Amino acid sequence: MASAAGSRGFINNVLETVGRRTSSVFVEIGAVLIFLGQTLRWTVSPPFYWKSALKQMEMIGVDSVPVVLTTALSTGMVLALQSYTGFKRFGAETLIGTVVSLSMTRELGPVLTGLMVAGRAGASMAAELGTMRVTEQIDALSTLATNPMKYLVVPRFVASTVMMFFLTVLGMITGIAGGYFVGVKVLGTNPVTYIDNSINYTEVKDIWYGLIKALVFGAVIGLIGCYKGFNTEGGAEGVGKATTGAVVVSCMLILILDYFISALLW
Amino acid sequence: MIEVIDVHKSFGELQVLRGVNLSVEKGESMTVIGGSGSGKSVLLKHIIGLLFPDKGRVIVDGQSLNDLDEYGLNELRKKFGMLFQMAALFDSLTVWENVGFSLKQHTNLSDKEIRKIATEKLALVGLKDVEDKMPAELSGGMKKRVGLARAICMDAAIILYDEPTTGLDPIAADAINDLIVDLRKKLGVTSVTITHDMHSAYKISDRIAMLYKGEILEIGTPDQIRNTMNPIVHQFITGSAVGPITAE
Ligand SMILES: Nc1ncnc2c1ncn2[C@@H]1O[C@H](COP(=O)(O)OP(=O)(O)OP(=O)(O)O)[C@@H](O)[C@H]1O
Ligand SMILES: [Mg+2]
Repeated sequence: MASAAGSRGFINNVLETVGRRTSSVFVEIGAVLIFLGQTLRWTVSPPFYWKSALKQMEMIGVDSVPVVLTTALSTGMVLALQSYTGFKRFGAETLIGTVVSLSMTRELGPVLTGLMVAGRAGASMAAELGTMRVTEQIDALSTLATNPMKYLVVPRFVASTVMMFFLTVLGMITGIAGGYFVGVKVLGTNPVTYIDNSINYTEVKDIWYGLIKALVFGAVIGLIGCYKGFNTEGGAEGVGKATTGAVVVSCMLILILDYFISALLW
Repeated sequence: MIEVIDVHKSFGELQVLRGVNLSVEKGESMTVIGGSGSGKSVLLKHIIGLLFPDKGRVIVDGQSLNDLDEYGLNELRKKFGMLFQMAALFDSLTVWENVGFSLKQHTNLSDKEIRKIATEKLALVGLKDVEDKMPAELSGGMKKRVGLARAICMDAAIILYDEPTTGLDPIAADAINDLIVDLRKKLGVTSVTITHDMHSAYKISDRIAMLYKGEILEIGTPDQIRNTMNPIVHQFITGSAVGPITAE
């Protein structure tokens, strides 16, 4: 009897915790959407802080180049190597090029670039804005009659969206080049067929799909990085939490949205 | 000029303000004293609309902050200068860019002119040759004074000072007292100052208000406060550990 009551209490506790967590997730989603709405509204209303947007583009874009290059290159190479192993079993080695270019443009280019940029730029946005929040610099901006959404969030949001586009282009090209190198130079497939198969089976549409994903992921990274930074509470520890939170949430959103965008743009 | 009417504010379970009433006349220098954690900074943030009351209202120049939209609030804030307790300097900007931030945002002055004005304001708070330093290179007291220079840079009509002399040596502190008095006398600035420094409070204030347990316990001229009959206020201003207030 006692143990039944005890276990019922336990189950209630678990349910209650789950319930609370779930409802707080919905509350948070709502808060993020409101934040998105405000960001968009401030993006289209003047003035636009060009200088700070350019600075952010440099920080997000240029500084992410090495990590994007490395990731894309190694992925393209591995992809060629692995698909060779599989395709050779039914004599379709010449299709390596197709596999590499389709996956790099439609899928891996934007997703990997997104994950890397989330880890680098999303984290640093959250840390910087989080520090500004806990040291009252964001409040200070308001008292100086400058809207912090406009001054801090909009340039970062725009910069990360724009830069994800270019970084993804770079990632796609690098990955495809890496695949070509392994396919042709290392595994010795015919370069002409490799290129033919890459080009013939990849449509312009595939590239656009990838780039649309890139733009969405860029917006997600900017939005979540700024949202987490803006809502930081509780000193240095809070800044740490905001930073990890920004990376985890934006990576998860990238993976989830990737599925839905793929399903929509079949 | 500033009216705080029955303001209540809680953070979660913690009731910080429980019905604060305070009115500050145009050109008046009001000082708020009170124990650490009594809600002085919270009160100041209500006056400039950084925090909003759970209940009650704040009225500045006849406008109730609760009723203003973002734009209106922004316009109203142009009348204000605020010094934060921890200075809150922008750590990605140099000292002169910090001081001249509002000028850059809200006027068409060139960088050269802004820098010149920033240098003048820095001189007023007793700092020179720091224009090109970054905030991280400054001492605590220097940061405070840069924050003060930023607060007075736009010649605001209302200035809120959160512990302007804390962390300064006695001579620098007294120079700041003189500056606050000067701003009121020469420019007719209305101000609300928070301080723990009773010497400074007596010197700069037209009236002093004591915040205690979320309400204004007593308010009066420096002389009235000095000769208070209220044992709590008396204990506070004389800085005694023995009395009705006990250190927690
Ligand atoms: N944003 C906030 N969230 C939660 N609690 C807060 C917040 N701001 C202030 N508090 C709490 O409100 C109380 C009053 O804080 P406040 O900063 O106004 O004190 P204070 O009177 O300025 O003290 P001090 O003299 O030490 O600066 C404190 O207990 C503080 O923890
Ligand atoms: Mg305080």
